[in-house]
Amino acid sequence: MTRVIVAGKHHRLASPPGRRLSEVLRDELDLKSVKVGCDAGDCGACTVLVDGQQVCACLIPIAQVDGATIETLDADDDAVKQKLQDAFLDHGAAQCGICTPGMMMAAVELLRTNAVPSRGEVETALAGVLCRCTGYAKIVDAVMGLSPRAEQAGDHAVGVSLRRVDGQAKVDGTEQFGADVGPADALLVRAVRAPYFHAAFTLGDIDAWASAQSGIEAVLTARDIPGQNRFGVIPPLADQPALAERVARYLGEPVALVVGTKDAVEAIDLSEFPVEWNPLAHTTTEAEARDGALLHTDRPENELICGRVVRGAPEEALKQATFVAEGEFQTAYVEHAYIEPEAGLAWMDQDTLVIHVCTQAPVMDRDDTALVLGLAPDKVRIVPTAAGGGFGAKLDLSVQPLIGLAAIVTGKPCRMVFSRNESMRASTKRHPGTMRAAIGADADGHVVAMRFDGDFNTGAYASWGPTVATRVPVHATGPYRTPNYHAEAHALHTNGPTSGAFRGFGVPQAAIMQETLYDDLAQLCGIDRLAFRRQNAFRDGDVTATGQTLTSVGMIECLDALRPHWADALQRADQHDAPHTRRGVGIASCWYGCGNTSLANPSTIRIGITPDGRLVLHQGATDIGQGANTVIAQIAADALGLPVDRFQLIGPDTHLTPDCGKTSASRQTFITGRAAEAAGAALRDTILRQTNFSDAAELRLDGGTLSVRDGSKVQKIDLGAPNKFGYALMAEETYDPPTSTLDENGQGTPYALYGYGAQIAEVEVDLTLGTTRVLRMVAAHDVGRAINPLLAEGQIEGGIAQGLGLALMEEFLPGRTENLHDYLIPTVGDMPQITSILIEKPDPNGPMGARGLGEHVLIPTAPAILNGIRHATGARLTKAPALPHRVLAAIQAAKETAP
Amino acid sequence: MGLQNGYFRPTSVDEALDHLAANDLTIAAGCTDLFPATEQKTLGGPVLDISGITALRGFRKNETGITIGATTTWSDLIAAPLPSAFGGLKLAAREVGARQIQNRGTLAGNLCNASPAADGVPPLLTLDAQVVLASKAGRRVMPLADFLIGPRQTARRADELLEGVHIPASALMGDGQFLKLGARKYLVISIAMVAARLVIADGVVAEAALAIGACGPVAARLPKAEAALVGQPMDPGLINASHLQGYLAPIDDMRADAAYRTTVATELVQRILGRFAESRSA
Ligand SMILES: Cc1cc2nc3c(=O)[nH]c(=O)nc-3n(C[C@H](O)[C@H](O)[C@H](O)COP(=O)(O)OP(=O)(O)OC[C@H]3O[C@@H](n4cnc5c(N)ncnc54)[C@H](O)[C@@H]3O)c2cc1C
Ligand code: FES
Ligand code: FES
Repeated sequence: MTRVIVAGKHHRLASPPGRRLSEVLRDELDLKSVKVGCDAGDCGACTVLVDGQQVCACLIPIAQVDGATIETLDADDDAVKQKLQDAFLDHGAAQCGICTPGMMMAAVELLRTNAVPSRGEVETALAGVLCRCTGYAKIVDAVMGLSPRAEQAGDHAVGVSLRRVDGQAKVDGTEQFGADVGPADALLVRAVRAPYFHAAFTLGDIDAWASAQSGIEAVLTARDIPGQNRFGVIPPLADQPALAERVARYLGEPVALVVGTKDAVEAIDLSEFPVEWNPLAHTTTEAEARDGALLHTDRPENELICGRVVRGAPEEALKQATFVAEGEFQTAYVEHAYIEPEAGLAWMDQDTLVIHVCTQAPVMDRDDTALVLGLAPDKVRIVPTAAGGGFGAKLDLSVQPLIGLAAIVTGKPCRMVFSRNESMRASTKRHPGTMRAAIGADADGHVVAMRFDGDFNTGAYASWGPTVATRVPVHATGPYRTPNYHAEAHALHTNGPTSGAFRGFGVPQAAIMQETLYDDLAQLCGIDRLAFRRQNAFRDGDVTATGQTLTSVGMIECLDALRPHWADALQRADQHDAPHTRRGVGIASCWYGCGNTSLANPSTIRIGITPDGRLVLHQGATDIGQGANTVIAQIAADALGLPVDRFQLIGPDTHLTPDCGKTSASRQTFITGRAAEAAGAALRDTILRQTNFSDAAELRLDGGTLSVRDGSKVQKIDLGAPNKFGYALMAEETYDPPTSTLDENGQGTPYALYGYGAQIAEVEVDLTLGTTRVLRMVAAHDVGRAINPLLAEGQIEGGIAQGLGLALMEEFLPGRTENLHDYLIPTVGDMPQITSILIEKPDPNGPMGARGLGEHVLIPTAPAILNGIRHATGARLTKAPALPHRVLAAIQAAKETAP
Repeated sequence: MGLQNGYFRPTSVDEALDHLAANDLTIAAGCTDLFPATEQKTLGGPVLDISGITALRGFRKNETGITIGATTTWSDLIAAPLPSAFGGLKLAAREVGARQIQNRGTLAGNLCNASPAADGVPPLLTLDAQVVLASKAGRRVMPLADFLIGPRQTARRADELLEGVHIPASALMGDGQFLKLGARKYLVISIAMVAARLVIADGVVAEAALAIGACGPVAARLPKAEAALVGQPMDPGLINASHLQGYLAPIDDMRADAAYRTTVATELVQRILGRFAESRSA
């Protein structure tokens, strides 16, 4: 029997000697701060200290720690840990928080022997822990013990860099993610998945197989699904079965579920499940899609949808343009690579199915799960757990209908936790795109026309393909005046993984195409690249390609803020003199409409005060790390006129909280923020109406007593009896942004407001190895109003990290890279120094002027880096990511074509 | 610890060899290759866990050279005071994964796993490393180059334990270097890597050992390039692509294509030699 010492206590472990330490710590010792992101040593989420040394608990059979002392984040028995927790909160170093325990334990190892480490020492110590949210800068700052960034609220909360209101649990290891909830003896659900990209299948004698195993409670297939075995985020296009029927359309599609006791189901070799596969021809690229066998018979040429925006006379204008730049660009499948694989727990609460799950869209989850399981929506209750990252892929159903079905059939709590491989096979991806475009400018360098045509590989099922196809043509001009325009984006089915939503819905891909051509044009026109962008940038009163007149556009302000940095960077690049490397500088911009494209997407916020004086905010915007819990509370606080710390938050539990829609499309700060502003103001009105005080009156909530003060007059508010929600006073307000549908030429008002930004990348390229290092990035983003500047900065740094990955290393190859060592995301050592500049040009539609930011931040990064590579070397890339061998080939090609 | 659920964790080599003679066992050391290869939560057995054999950890020096025990970790290597001929191996150790991996992963595991991209191999080749294979039947010593047969293939018999890696005294001279090329800074499998050990006397290369990895099924020494250096003043320009010809057999994979590997191989060799030129002039 293995013995270990944890937090000073001796334990004898009953688990088998070869079991992963991570499992034993989590299950047998209930130390849930130990996270499992990969079971392969790649993510470091399971980092603990064994006899003071940091190790991956997932790689250690417990026999090897016999007699050892093990430290996790769970016990706050240590001054170093305590200090780190404060530092993480003060720097905004935890976003979703899933990587935080591992980061902290790695940092503890370092800080015990080196109390004042250098940046380099911190990076080496933390190198084994991946973070997908923060871009690492704030984590490194926190570990170095730099002076705190968070501020205290003064008279107002908005505009103040408050600590996250939900931060404590993230830094002390108590936050509960999808795999952390529910009873230890919940049944385990595992999926049998297709081993082919495309295959017909016949199920064998399942009953015989099941009865030969022990501990199995149910084996479920499509036959067992009581409702409509077909779901999708866009209901008219719903096409995805929860469990495949007769044919599997992508590698890893689930065809059956095995449900039983944890030990039994875990031990089963699913490759022996009785199913006969008949592999069929398949496609995985957009180039093959149109000629492939139809994935869905009602979609000719495998085209799911084509989005289109046309304005003016583009062909004519291109012909007359003095300069025309043309090109093609190809991008890869990109994996979200959140550190938390999909996980959840379902159980029956009498006749209601309760599902705890990490999600970005609880109400959509509820409705789709109800549909699949044949339940009324109010008989399904989604209780979101903390989400360890989402970035778009946790908008789609994953475990929800599967564990729901298992819970209904068995009547017992059922858990499912995707393995990393399973997560990477089953989850959606960023659409690969093959894009062709031409942009023309007149003799003075004013853009006169653009043609854009993109094929996007939408994979096996619709998911968010239609959103990509509509967003791309709307945005492909970039934030630049383009009077004549023709753009089409085709979402094409293949047997590749389903492409869905990923931070930017196709716009980051289109921006690479457009910004590459802008560098061509600037060169052709002989104009500085920043100046070229500035003279074409949208200004107030400009009309977009969809015919929308823009107001409060911060583009010029962003570009002007970058100017001094641009000049410095160009000079540094010029002066760089080293044997193998050249430096270059690139620039790119972004704009992005906040909210759903031309569709209603309301948010409702409820704020109540209970008879005993508790102030409660029903905050339905799922916080996946981006900070909605904090930002929405800040807005509500100022609108109501009470301090943020008086609010008690109730999250997006579908039985308790009104719908705030999904966390996507950079909509929560804007739309839920507007609802919060309205609800705060309405509650304030209700309160003030009980007085005859002016609107300038001050509210106070102390020890359960609500009072209003106006000058020297003070009045106590009688809270009275509760309403059906339990509140003596309550306000509930809804906001839905004003948009209009797009006509057949894509003309209309797709979004009520846009956010803008621009970034500069300074890169160093190795001319003979083709490797690229990004040294510095400067990012200027017009956020309208920075509700919480520290959180906004965190979004920028995290977005840049993902944009850097997109530019330089991330390429998901279906069937080959379903792990985090072949699929590479940036580590702490790959990040540049980042300077964030927040521009605040208020938008009249935004709450207190604020705009969304979450997706904008990654759009300019990749094109800025690629343009930097080109500036450094002359290499004009046509394919991302810019892996060393591609860069080297492009450098050689540039040499050959150089005059 | 004896047998429990098909899991052996002996404390002596003899005990381990007895188990190996009697059973078909998976040898487990740092498990940093074994666990990632499975999704199971428990190591598939039966397992012979050698991490409890204290005699196998660390360095032994005698007149024949230095022997590195099988369970010596990368972190042990980084921390150990070793002759500067080990410079390349130490640099490689610092670049294996990250600290978590270095703290558990062993040099012997790296060799037995026999990945073409194993970072430990090129520096060990430049150290003329020999592996010591022990079994009930006795011990045999063979050059590392013979031990590694192909991707994931070694000359180890199922009843043998790789007991240690021996560096002969003749290879303890000079300075070692290592250069790794990957698509990101940390936690990365090499696209290609090179190692060098040179003995330079009075500005002239007296002895040269060069090796390259991830450019063929197994890492290889580069004898033509070595010969071109010996007897000459240190100058990276002495090496060109022709010296590597015949020693590279790269493949296309997701990290890079074969053509790229062939191109950068020469460059990497020149660069690592450049480091010697630099350190001499410094
Ligand atoms: C995140 C991560 C990053 C990594 N990065 C790198 C890297 O940068 N470079 C690199 O080269 N490797 C890397 N690796 C691979 C791995 O860490 C190394 O190969 C390590 O040295 C393996 O040692 P181990 O003790 O963990 O081996 P184990 O996993 O315990 O064993 C590996 C193999 O060797 C056999 N074996 C082990 N010891 C013996 C013995 N004494 N006798 C006979 N057979 C034995 C085992 O049966 C098994 O087949 C990485 C791994 C991970 C998880
Ligand atoms: S879970 Fe252990 S490293 Fe990812
Ligand atoms: S905060 Fe690091 S992964 Fe989310």
